[in-house]
Amino acid sequence: MNDAWKLADRELTSRLIVGTGGVQSLDVLGKVLAASGTELTTVAMRRINPAGEGSLLGVIQRAGVGVLPNTAGCHTAAEALLVARLAREALGTGWVKLEVIADDTTLLPDPVELLDAAQQLVADGFTVLPYTNDDPVLALRLEEAGCAAVMPLGAPIGSGLGIRNPHNIAMIVERASVPVILDAGIGTASDAALAMELGCDGVLVASAITRAADPELMAVAIKLAVEAGRAAYQAGRIPRRWHAVASSPMAGQVLT
Amino acid sequence: MIVTVNGESREIPAGTTVEQLVAQLTAAPSGVAAAVNGQVLPRRTWASTPLADRDEVEVVTAVQGG
Repeated sequence: MNDAWKLADRELTSRLIVGTGGVQSLDVLGKVLAASGTELTTVAMRRINPAGEGSLLGVIQRAGVGVLPNTAGCHTAAEALLVARLAREALGTGWVKLEVIADDTTLLPDPVELLDAAQQLVADGFTVLPYTNDDPVLALRLEEAGCAAVMPLGAPIGSGLGIRNPHNIAMIVERASVPVILDAGIGTASDAALAMELGCDGVLVASAITRAADPELMAVAIKLAVEAGRAAYQAGRIPRRWHAVASSPMAGQVLT
Repeated sequence: MIVTVNGESREIPAGTTVEQLVAQLTAAPSGVAAAVNGQVLPRRTWASTPLADRDEVEVVTAVQGG
């Protein structure tokens, strides 16, 4: 089934984006990237540690996967701008997964700073993929600001709580004319399938894979779930009904 | 002179360039970016950019992150 999709100017086959956060080792990361079939993976930007281990970027390059820097940890638009520009210089990509969080307890996006940062980064030529609340109004505002996609959360980062408000995700999908990528909250494969069944164009998963007891196997499970959910969305599910609808014919029934 | 590098004070000889400072932290030929006083400097300009006393320097690279 050829189901390629376009994210900004990039044609992608896989609808799963893997985050590298939380992975135990670079060896495991290499296996996870291969098993997931992903074509895009996120990294964070941090102050250099002279004693740092091996090359994360080397592992990603050898896997043939594109790198998507994020602005994780930024609390203001100004911080996010600096980190995005550092990432562009370090990694040679104008793509950024924009994260501007309100506080370290919820890690929820700060909508005011997020929109401000998105506008400034778009003006600076970035391809902006914003991590946003599951707010249909804000999603539209981000699209109007020129973002290349919107990435609503299913639940707080790392919580594994799944999609807390499927109605809002469906409404974001219904109104968006840029790709919608469910980001954050995925706990297991069925959550990723639901995101796709709701009509999301893709899913970003980090912790659910990297912190699973067997990350490589979970990468396979979530890859399959994304494919299954996408196929189910395209196939068109039956409506929910209050009462039963017999699937066997009523005519010719044996009566006693 | 004293500069702040990634949040820590560091004494360096006057005239030290950004390139020389970064070389003290990493030998990586790519994947590294530097900002001085909040301005990102393209790598090609590092060798010709001397630091000044009290400059605040950030030197970053990619790490694992969601």
